[in-house]
Amino acid sequence: MREKILYLLGVAAFVILARDIFVIARFPPEASQGNAFKIIFFHLPAWAAAFTAVGASLVTSILFLVTKNFQYDAIAVASTEVGVAFLTVGLVTGSLWARPIWGIWWTWDERLTTTLVLWLLYLGYLMLRRAIEEPTQRATFAAVVSIFAFIGVPIDYFSIRWWRTQHPAPVFFSSTGSFPHDWSVVMGWNILAMLMLATVIVAVRLEQEQSQRELDSLRRLAHAF
Amino acid sequence: MATIATPEVTASPVRHAGSGASALRQVFVIVAKDLRAELRTKEAVNAALAFAIMILVLFSFAFDPAADETKMFAGGLLWIVFAFAGTLVLNRSFARELPNDCLDALIAAPISGAMLFLGKALASYVLVMAVELVALPVFGIFYYVRWYDHFWQMMLVLALGTWAITVVGTVFSALTVNIRLREVMLPMLTYPMLVPALMASMQLTADLVNGKQIWGPDFIWMKVLISFDILYTAASLALVEIVLVG
Repeated sequence: MREKILYLLGVAAFVILARDIFVIARFPPEASQGNAFKIIFFHLPAWAAAFTAVGASLVTSILFLVTKNFQYDAIAVASTEVGVAFLTVGLVTGSLWARPIWGIWWTWDERLTTTLVLWLLYLGYLMLRRAIEEPTQRATFAAVVSIFAFIGVPIDYFSIRWWRTQHPAPVFFSSTGSFPHDWSVVMGWNILAMLMLATVIVAVRLEQEQSQRELDSLRRLAHAF
Repeated sequence: MATIATPEVTASPVRHAGSGASALRQVFVIVAKDLRAELRTKEAVNAALAFAIMILVLFSFAFDPAADETKMFAGGLLWIVFAFAGTLVLNRSFARELPNDCLDALIAAPISGAMLFLGKALASYVLVMAVELVALPVFGIFYYVRWYDHFWQMMLVLALGTWAITVVGTVFSALTVNIRLREVMLPMLTYPMLVPALMASMQLTADLVNGKQIWGPDFIWMKVLISFDILYTAASLALVEIVLVG
């Protein structure tokens, strides 16, 4: 039953994304940026998915430390991995967008730099997990790192903001630009689809993690005899 | 099944630090022990100092030390050196306890994890500061930088920035001490976390070596540095027991 729901959710996400590609293609080019602007329909939803996943990882990490229930640890690692994947998508689509508009692949503005630092932090989290064999220790240490990493996010954001005063103005959700209604609707659908996709991947990864744990405990049992 | 009463064991051993005075004494004992151990071998301090000077020399090939622009990023250079050298000292902080299972003994000792952490952090702090206080004049000579114009302000920035490196480094030193690739994992985890503190220290140091006071428009960086120190010290004290005991 659970698998069927997951499949359904995944297929629905793909259908929405595929439909939206046709809708977006028919939209007129944006006034100043032309068609390049349309990458925002994938760039922003990727961020939404990434930050939701990272937030879920923080919550489940705290829950693990409080309850010592390994289910929370499994959700934490699954959502962190998916979060890193979507952060990568966000960074890459942002870079592709920056090239034709700003003429550069990368700029050290507050959002980009904060995200890059965040990406590195969670990469450290995943590397740390690889380096620890013992499951309890791995889960505990990973949860601690996750909490430490999250404390840094606001400080990172504001300090980078003060450091790079010449950052480009926000191009979206700002008072200077206006987003047509039908564009907002498509954006909403895309965010929903991306979140659904992220949920499906997290769920699949979660199952893997559970099988892995079962396998490990069986192996330990076999060693005991 | 009848429960077997073992009050001595279940009444968690004197893990609670007791009164403030005895907690301070515990911290002091750990600090003294760590400093004594380090001063007998001097391995971490010597390695860190040699490393710091070596990086300073290497940087002189990357930039023209005599150029005026070098003064602009002198603060950045200096704190990269400090962060690198500091990691060498911090790596040893808990790794030193591994032979003869000293770490297990320390954790079993009647002292709270937070006090143990504080003692370790303060000992490393003294060592990292010592390395920095030697490296700073060397840096001044090599790069023609007048770092002593606002001497006490410089010391304040040094003290706060070093505490940031030490507190984050010590808690992750405890976390990575028993895992594979310890030497790689420590910088992998600490450097991205230290970004705001390093940025603040770099900015303030750059101001000072360029003759500006830290109370000027860049005072916001002082606030960043102080908030970073407070936040991470609090988080470390709260979480270190989990790291050490599980």
